[in-house]
Amino acid sequence: MMATVRVQRDDFDPGAEAEGLARGRKDVGAVASFVGYCRDEGGRLAALELEHYAGMAEEEIARAVGEAEGRWPLLGVAVIHRYGRIAPGERIVFVAVAAAHRGAAFAAAEMLMDYLKTRAPFWKLVIGVDGAFEGWVEAKADDDRSAARWSDAVSGP
Amino acid sequence: MKALYFAWVRERVGKAEEELDPPATVATVGDLIAWLSRRGEGYAHAFDKPLAVRAALDRVHARSDALIAGAKEVAFFPPMTGG
Repeated sequence: MMATVRVQRDDFDPGAEAEGLARGRKDVGAVASFVGYCRDEGGRLAALELEHYAGMAEEEIARAVGEAEGRWPLLGVAVIHRYGRIAPGERIVFVAVAAAHRGAAFAAAEMLMDYLKTRAPFWKLVIGVDGAFEGWVEAKADDDRSAARWSDAVSGP
Repeated sequence: MKALYFAWVRERVGKAEEELDPPATVATVGDLIAWLSRRGEGYAHAFDKPLAVRAALDRVHARSDALIAGAKEVAFFPPMTGG
């Protein structure tokens, strides 16, 4: 299976990345993609500063891709996660999955996002419009619950 | 072994990385956290809620009972908030 994992400071072109999974192929019937953006939190957030553990970030995402591949019949995966300073409206993260049918593509894309939220070594620091709103984003119990759904799911297509 | 600190763990410890040479009695990730906590105020603050800090050994998530023997790199960080 073709898998792309990139951790980068620069922005990316989600359309081109998603299209790249199907280009020149005749076995792909579905590409599901997700883009995560930086929100301004009602005007209070000036930017996010994303810190990451270089090396482990790529490896941990690759492990998650491997798990997804073991669970669904996938034909391609692309994951991109940015780091550094990101302003409201800018893209942070991208996941796209190609498969023969939509079910596997949707499910694998959702699992990969849930794993990225809870297992990939990235941390968001909020830069506020004023100082009072600043600080490290806290992990959400909801995200842990979303990721845990995949631990006891029946594996296989 | 090399130690790496990220996010507010890094801020509280006051550095991003350092070389550690723990005594042989420090066997697990949890032992290492207890040993580090005694090294000064910043460390004590960083690890004052041991369950709030996650660890990785050689770039793989590790629980507090994981053995550190043979690991070249240990990292400590808050629960992750990527995505």
